[in-house]
Amino acid sequence: MSEPRTPTTRGTGGPEPSAALDRDLLAATPSTTSADGAPVPPGSGGAPSAQSDDTRQASLWSDAWRQLRRNKLFLIAVVLLGVLTVMAAFPGLFTSLGDPREGGCSLSNSKMPPSAQAWFGYDIQGCDHYTNVIYGARVSMIIGLVVVAGSGVIGLVLGALAGFYGGWFDILVARLTDIVYGLPIVLGAILILNAFPNRGLLQVAVALIALSWMTVLRLFRSSVISVKETDYVAAARAMGATNLRIILKHILPNALAPVLVYSTIAIGGIIAAEATLSFLGIGLQLPAVSWGLQINSGRNLLRTAPHVIFFPSIFLSVTVLSWILLGDALRDALDPKLR
Amino acid sequence: MARYIARRLLLAIPVLFGASFLIFAMVFALPGDPIRALAGERALPAAVQAQLNEEYNLNDPLLVQYGKYVAGLAQGDLGEDFRGRPVSDILEQTVPVTVKLSLVALAFEAVFGLIAGVLAGIRQKSFFDSLVLVTTTLVVSIPVFVLGFVAQYVLGLKLGIFPIAGVASGFSGYLLPGFVLAALSLAYVARLTRTALVENLRNDYVRTAKAKGLSPMSVVGKHTLRNSLIPVVTFLGADLGALLSGAVVTEGIFNIPGLGRAVFQAIQNQEGTVVVGIVTLFVFVYILFNLLVDVLYAALDPRIRYE
Repeated sequence: MSEPRTPTTRGTGGPEPSAALDRDLLAATPSTTSADGAPVPPGSGGAPSAQSDDTRQASLWSDAWRQLRRNKLFLIAVVLLGVLTVMAAFPGLFTSLGDPREGGCSLSNSKMPPSAQAWFGYDIQGCDHYTNVIYGARVSMIIGLVVVAGSGVIGLVLGALAGFYGGWFDILVARLTDIVYGLPIVLGAILILNAFPNRGLLQVAVALIALSWMTVLRLFRSSVISVKETDYVAAARAMGATNLRIILKHILPNALAPVLVYSTIAIGGIIAAEATLSFLGIGLQLPAVSWGLQINSGRNLLRTAPHVIFFPSIFLSVTVLSWILLGDALRDALDPKLR
Repeated sequence: MARYIARRLLLAIPVLFGASFLIFAMVFALPGDPIRALAGERALPAAVQAQLNEEYNLNDPLLVQYGKYVAGLAQGDLGEDFRGRPVSDILEQTVPVTVKLSLVALAFEAVFGLIAGVLAGIRQKSFFDSLVLVTTTLVVSIPVFVLGFVAQYVLGLKLGIFPIAGVASGFSGYLLPGFVLAALSLAYVARLTRTALVENLRNDYVRTAKAKGLSPMSVVGKHTLRNSLIPVVTFLGADLGALLSGAVVTEGIFNIPGLGRAVFQAIQNQEGTVVVGIVTLFVFVYILFNLLVDVLYAALDPRIRYE
């Protein structure tokens, strides 16, 4: 294989990806190597090899699960994310007032501070701020999951092709990766979104996907390269396995752990990025309900009605924190080096 | 070493061209007519529109536009905004402000990040260590603009320690936005330093140094810290991207008349040339800074040179 001399995890775009969300990789990367040896080489012991493959594979995850169950931070994060997910799916369970966009607001309540009737006070339009904030969860959760899933698929497919086949395609992908790493995510997204006068979830998601697929690609590409010359892959090929089967059955399971850890943490970063863009006025637009927009609407009310900024900020930060805690817990559990 | 630097430089060229072309294509090839946006609510006469299109090369194919732009760039011409103000003028006024803000942020990062990281690292599992871990996790989770408002509200409005916005009061106006801008990276510097220090303290050479009877101060300061700083230095390269993006938000919140605020205003006015001029500058600075850091990395860690 003519492997270009570019290092797998470092490129011209810098030793580390630009966006904050990518930085945690620093700690996540070691598990790439640790997970590499997980599958059983064929012919170890007399046990049926197909079955031993399965049990060994399960042991990484069941070990991790055993450790996760004892981790308080993991449990806290799961509970918080559970509540937020329900909030995103069925906001009506938390508030009786219905979608804040469908009326129910009275200008006479504008900027009223929190009280027994309105726990979070009222916003500048006189809408119940508690309802606003509850309904804001949906956009954040959707953006986080969709963007990370989308960039994950792109990263896995391109990473598999580049790592497995190498050659000119690999070089092309590596250069493209370097170039996109050269664009800090918020700045790049500003440039892309600027071109759309009407921006909704789709546009914001596409812009963020376009700027965040590279890390999964590099993680997976280096996993593919480190595994493809191993004996068990040669054995699989000798038995007539197709390339697709080798990638899906033998390489993907081993590379999954670091990708999963990175993706979980990345969801938090993407949610923060969406809120930042909406706050700047270049992400979602009214009448969308987004924490970033709510914080933006309170920008000039810091003196008179700080609660307008305060509550969405808390929810936003807790959501991002929950994903990061979950990712941290997964990393601790999936990286045997830390045990 | 020279070969290593040459290779890194060569690798940087396609990245520079690629990134600037990508930006250019994003701004110009996607829908949205800048001339119409400039005119506002009333449409321009067709003749004026045609003349302006001609003047700003908007009728040329994308590649030709890009070629003309690069040719102008090579002659030091960054283009001008739609009011005829050269981009280089805008840069002249705003760059010093942003550089000052970034330096303040960098100083916060380096000083507080390193101190927190070292103190946490030498006393593993102590109260201070847990404190650093918890605080950094929290700071990482709080988006910059939220942190900016909290700082503005608590330290500026309620306690009145810092000016709330603007730089009219001189240097003190930079402290609060500088700290907000630094907070995220400060957390990462602290964590990186801690992790690297903890790892290095386990090494044999540390035991040897201790066995020789060196004071803990010189074991950490002279022997371990120097090795532990290598990942921190490389982090600072990637960090510049975060600083530049953060500047757009921070300068907006604190009303700092720097590049970040200029980018944001230009985007609002759909002034493609200004956006491209400044963001390309950001990207170039970012890539060159990373190049510098890579070279520095090789100088600090001889293993890198011979890969």
